Amino acid sequence: MDASEQDVLQQALAWRGEGRKVAIATVIATWGSSPRPVGSQLAVNEDGAMVGSVSGGCIEGAVVREAQEIMAGARPRLLDFGVTNEQAWEVGLACGGKLEVYVEAVE
Amino acid sequence: MKAALLGQLVADRAARRPAALVTDLESGIQALIHEDGVAGALALDDAALAAGRAALAADRSGLLPLSGPRLFLQAVVPSPRLILVGAVHIAQALAPMAALAGYGVTVVDPRRSFATDARFPAFELTTEWPDEALARLAPDARTAIVTLTHDPKLDDAALGIALNSPAFYIGSLGSRKTHAARLKRLTEAGFSDAALARIHGPVGIAIGALSPAEIALSVLAQITAVRRAGSKPGEERAA
Repeated sequence: MDASEQDVLQQALAWRGEGRKVAIATVIATWGSSPRPVGSQLAVNEDGAMVGSVSGGCIEGAVVREAQEIMAGARPRLLDFGVTNEQAWEVGLACGGKLEVYVEAVE
Repeated sequence: MKAALLGQLVADRAARRPAALVTDLESGIQALIHEDGVAGALALDDAALAAGRAALAADRSGLLPLSGPRLFLQAVVPSPRLILVGAVHIAQALAPMAALAGYGVTVVDPRRSFATDARFPAFELTTEWPDEALARLAPDARTAIVTLTHDPKLDDAALGIALNSPAFYIGSLGSRKTHAARLKRLTEAGFSDAALARIHGPVGIAIGALSPAEIALSVLAQITAVRRAGSKPGEERAA
């Protein structure tokens, strides 16, 4: 993890401090070519503002949509993205890699 | 994630205290591991704790290699540091580039005409002598040191401390001739060839760099190659 990841946690904490709902997405595992390594993080708040990344921009939209539900009270979720997954075609993981992303709310 | 755990992680990072967040991916329950303790609602057995501590020591996020529930470990470790000796034109380019790449930057130069806040806004700046500054900053294995002054009084003082530290990168600006003279002085000061082989000099990778910003890019590229790919001095030609 480098400083840009630290900014993600700091920003998530700052948003919480302002009373906003926040979710954090983390890359758990990758297979094949994947733009961001395991441990990469994205934080998103209830207004849709985000900091950090879990891919090169391919799956962030889908992750943010899931994050909104989780912030609204759903359980943490493990998301699969890959070329064998229909959702990946939808969101377009062009690199052909596969990855798992864990999304949780800050309670 | 509990807000209190998030707050602890951010505080640990600011205090340069290594920490690891372990998440049970089935239940979402978490534990926070430090070198000297463990906290949180997730109970870890001895095997999980040992695996977690090993991953933390290696600064390696990932699934813990255990049977049973999938446990993911997020290593939250201190940022790397870059110490620049010489508040010169190249340092003015290298400091912000390194900050973008995640380094905490400190600039050392006892010459007050160089070491000014106007030249280095937003960076830690000290006018101590390089040997005093480096002794105080205590370079660790996450620290890179680059000397940029061309002045043996300043560069050699810094290198004396750098070579006795576990810094992962030591670089010295100067031509081949300057570097040869530097090695001769340091040999006479008692450093072995093996110790001196740690110095990347002339500094940087070969990209035909001319301007201060281009030389800074070449140096940051070399530091990155050492940190991420384990390059040794001499494996790339100088810029």
